[in-house]
Amino acid sequence: MFSLGLTGLLVRRNLVFVLMSLEVMLNAAGLGFVVAGARWHQADGQVMFLFILATAAAEVAVGLALVLEIYHRFKSLDVDELSEMRG
Amino acid sequence: MQLAFYIASAVAVVSTALMLTRLHIVHALLYLIVSLLGVAVVFYLLGASFVAALEVIVYAGAIMVLFVFVVMMLNLGARGVEMEERWLTPGIWVGPVVLAGILIVEVLYMVRGSTAGLGAGGVEPKQVGIALFGPYLIGVELASVLLLAGLVGAYHLSYRKVEKREIQHDADTHEGRAAAGGDLVLAGTDRPARTP
Repeated sequence: MFSLGLTGLLVRRNLVFVLMSLEVMLNAAGLGFVVAGARWHQADGQVMFLFILATAAAEVAVGLALVLEIYHRFKSLDVDELSEMRG
Repeated sequence: MQLAFYIASAVAVVSTALMLTRLHIVHALLYLIVSLLGVAVVFYLLGASFVAALEVIVYAGAIMVLFVFVVMMLNLGARGVEMEERWLTPGIWVGPVVLAGILIVEVLYMVRGSTAGLGAGGVEPKQVGIALFGPYLIGVELASVLLLAGLVGAYHLSYRKVEKREIQHDADTHEGRAAAGGDLVLAGTDRPARTP
């Protein structure tokens, strides 16, 4: 699943799809933590998943606000068109 | 129970792959929700019921609402009505419904059988809470600071546009008034006439 998310991040050229692929990657990392925690009977895996959850929530809030700003400024969500941005 | 685990994992992976190949954002969002629900079922099967509930509430609830909200703000205009006509035709939502139906059947089967996950490897929510507020207390504080920073950052990013336009307009007026010597009627007449 992590590799699927990474592939999506590299392939898609739409900013919203890039953010969704990021969500998938974070989710896959959390899944790995929980599986490891269940395997060795430790609570640390689930604690780490809670931290990943908080990080994903903060990241997606800021990311979507940036997407809105970029859309209002460039009228497009294409990553290639945004590459002209300088400072 | 092994079989249920593999089915839920397959649903999660397949719906993620379908999400990446959709052309429209809303279809991809539907598949992403199904993928998150599949991961939640996997968590439940692993004995982490607390994390499974959090996954459904936070990911499939809050974060998806954010995505839908942004899609709604981006997709304005009369084009949306025509698209909605097309979305209501069957065939688009059949895929997510079938995948979610598999998950529902699986969960119902588990609830009726009252089996508590894959083996006895479950970690109780109580242990998680003790570990969270014991050795990981500094991490909890850092996560709360991070969430506050995310909140303030999102607010700032969405507020700045309006504020800047106001300031720009104000500066223009002052500039024009100064150039015309305080006469607002003559303001701007010294500029070259715009000829097509």
